[in-house]
Amino acid sequence: MSKDIKLMQGNEAIAEGAVIAGCDFFAGYPITPSSEVAEILSNKLPKLGKVFLQMEDEIAALGAVLGAALGGAKAITASSGPGISLKQEHIGYASMCEIPCVIINVMRGGPSTGLPTLPAQSDIMQARWGTHGDHAIIAITPSGVNESLYETIRAFNLAVKYRTPVMLLTDEIIGHMREKVVIPSKDELEIIDVKLPDVPAEKYNPYNFTSGKVTPLAPMGEGYRYHVTGLIHGETGFPSQKIDVIQNAENWLIDKIYKNIKDIEKFEEFMLEDAEILIVAYGSTSRSARQAIMMARAAGIKVGMFRPITIWPFPEEQILNLSKKIKKILVPEMNMGQVILEVQRNSCGAKVYGLNIVNGEPITPDQIFSKIKDVSQL
Amino acid sequence: MIKTKFDYDYYLRKNTLPHIWCPGCGDGIILKALLRAIHKCGYSKDEVVITSGIGCASRLPGYVDFNTIHTTHGRALTFAIGIKMYKPRLKVITISGDGDALAIGGNHFIHAARRNIDMTLIVFNNYTYGMTGGQYSPTQPLDSYSTTTPFGNIESPFDVCNLAQAAGATWVGRSTSYHAVQLEKFMVNALSHTGFSVLDVITNCHISYGRRNKMKSPVDMVKYQKEKAVPARSAENMSNEELMGRFKTGILFEKTDKPEFSSEYYKKLESIKIK
Repeated sequence: MSKDIKLMQGNEAIAEGAVIAGCDFFAGYPITPSSEVAEILSNKLPKLGKVFLQMEDEIAALGAVLGAALGGAKAITASSGPGISLKQEHIGYASMCEIPCVIINVMRGGPSTGLPTLPAQSDIMQARWGTHGDHAIIAITPSGVNESLYETIRAFNLAVKYRTPVMLLTDEIIGHMREKVVIPSKDELEIIDVKLPDVPAEKYNPYNFTSGKVTPLAPMGEGYRYHVTGLIHGETGFPSQKIDVIQNAENWLIDKIYKNIKDIEKFEEFMLEDAEILIVAYGSTSRSARQAIMMARAAGIKVGMFRPITIWPFPEEQILNLSKKIKKILVPEMNMGQVILEVQRNSCGAKVYGLNIVNGEPITPDQIFSKIKDVSQL
Repeated sequence: MIKTKFDYDYYLRKNTLPHIWCPGCGDGIILKALLRAIHKCGYSKDEVVITSGIGCASRLPGYVDFNTIHTTHGRALTFAIGIKMYKPRLKVITISGDGDALAIGGNHFIHAARRNIDMTLIVFNNYTYGMTGGQYSPTQPLDSYSTTTPFGNIESPFDVCNLAQAAGATWVGRSTSYHAVQLEKFMVNALSHTGFSVLDVITNCHISYGRRNKMKSPVDMVKYQKEKAVPARSAENMSNEELMGRFKTGILFEKTDKPEFSSEYYKKLESIKIK
C-alpha cells in the first residue's frame, strides 16, 4: 500500500493530528505563532460536524474546552507563551478536576509580549509549574512536523487515559516550517476514546484515589450525575477538608502520572554507545544538535544525544543512568537555562554545561559544535 | 409543564447539607425557587447542567442533584458555553454572584450575551463579596460602605439588566429573594426562553453588606428589597428623583427574533458537512 505523504506546516500537522485523534471540540483565541492551528481547525472541524469556537479570551477558551470535555468531548486549545500564562488558571482546574484536554503551546520569546514572531523554548518550566499548587502534568516536545502530528495524537490518548491536561510544546520554528509528513492510516494507530464508566450511575464516583487505576470520566448528560469542583474533593467529587482526604487527593494527582511514567515516557537516543559527551536536547534545538554531533564526530569527538520527547514527567532515571557513564553533559536550549536544572538535579557525578541562546534565532549546529569543542577541552 | 408532585428532596443532595450560607441569607430562597422552576419546566435531572463560579452563591450546585460544575472565579459561563455547544440538547444554567459575574467575569458575561447562546444566567446580587468578608462589588450602590470602601463608595455601580440588554441578551429580568413567588415565575420564563437569559436577583447579605449599611438583620434587608423594588410598569410614571436608590423589577426586556448561537452553529454545520 502506498503511503499518504504530504508537505505540511507544523501547525497544520497539529491540526491534522487532532482530527485523526478524533478531536470533537476546539476553542481558542488568536495568538502568534499558533493561530494557524485555530484557522485550520475552523475549516476542518465544522465539516466533520464538530465544534470550533473562537472565544473572548484565552481563559475562556480553556474554560470552554473543559466544559466540552466534561460533556465527553475530546477537546483541544492552542496558544503561545502569554496566552498560556492566562490559561494557567484553568490548567490548574483541569489538573484538580482531572479533566482531559490537550493544550498546544507554540513557544515564542518572552517574558510578556516578548518576541511574538520568533522562537524560544522558554515555557518548559511554565508547562510544569505555571499553575499554582502541587500537581503533575504531561508535556511533550516534538522536534519536527511529522512528529508534531503523531505526538498530538499521543497527547489526546494520554489526556483521556490519565484524565489530565497534556501540553504539546512546539515552537515558532516547528510551527511554521514545512516538512514531509506520513499520514497514518486509522488501523495502524491506537486511539483511546472517551467511554462510559463500567459501573452503573448509582455506584459511580468520579474520582478514585485508592485503586491506582484512573476512573473514566463519565460524560455529563448521560445519566451519571456528579459534582465537579476545583476545591479539594473526595472520591465522590464533593469538597472536603478532612486531612486524610486532602493528602490522598494531592498524592493521587502526582502518583497517577509518576507511577505510570513507563507508559508516558518517550525519548530518542542518538549515537550514545561510545559517547564521551552527552547532549540533552529537545524540540527544534535537537535538530541542530544532531547536525553538530555529526560535525563533532567528523572531527573525532565522540558525542551522542538523549532527546526527551515526553519532557514532563522528566526522564529522571535515564539521565541518572547516562550520567553514570558519560561525565560531560551539554544542554543547549533556547532559554536562559530550564531543562539544564532538571539535568543537573538528576545527574550523578557528571559536569553539566549549558548553551543558552535567546536572541530570537535558532541555535545553529555551528554554535553547538563550537560549544562541544569547548566542553571537550575542559 | 410537568404534572407530578413537587418534592424538594427529589432535587436536593441531602448528604451535602447543611449548606454554607449564613442564617437569614437570601440564597436559600433563590435555590428553592430554582428547584420549583426546573420542576415546572419539566426538565429531567440528567439533562440539566448547572455551572457556577466562586463565591457564596456559586456553592449552590453542590447541593442539587444535577450535572454540576463549580468552576473558577468568573468563568462559569465559559464552561457552560463549552458543554452547551458540544451537547446542545442539555439545559444549561449558570449561577453567579455580582462580583463573579460582573467584575472578574464581566468579559464572559457580555460575550455570552452577545452570542445569545441558549442558557440562563442567574445573578445572586447582594452588592458585596460576602465570602471574602464584604469588600465592595461592581453593583454596590454609591455612598454605601464595605470593608474596602470605609469612607463610602464613589464608584458607579453596574445595572446588571441594562448591561445584559445592551450586550445582546434576549431575556432580561429582575426580582428579589423577598418576592419568592415572582422569582419562581421569572425563573420559569427565563429557563423557557430560547436565547441568553439573565435574571438579576437582589438578595441579602446582612452579614457582610447590611451590617455596614444600617441593615444588620435579615429582616432589615428583606424590608429594603420590599420597599426599594419598583415594578417596571410603575417605574414608567416615576421621575428620576423618585427612582433614586430604588431598582426596577419585572421582565425588563424580551426579544424572540435574534438568532440563537448553538442552533445557528448546527444549522451552519448541516450546510457544510461532508456527507
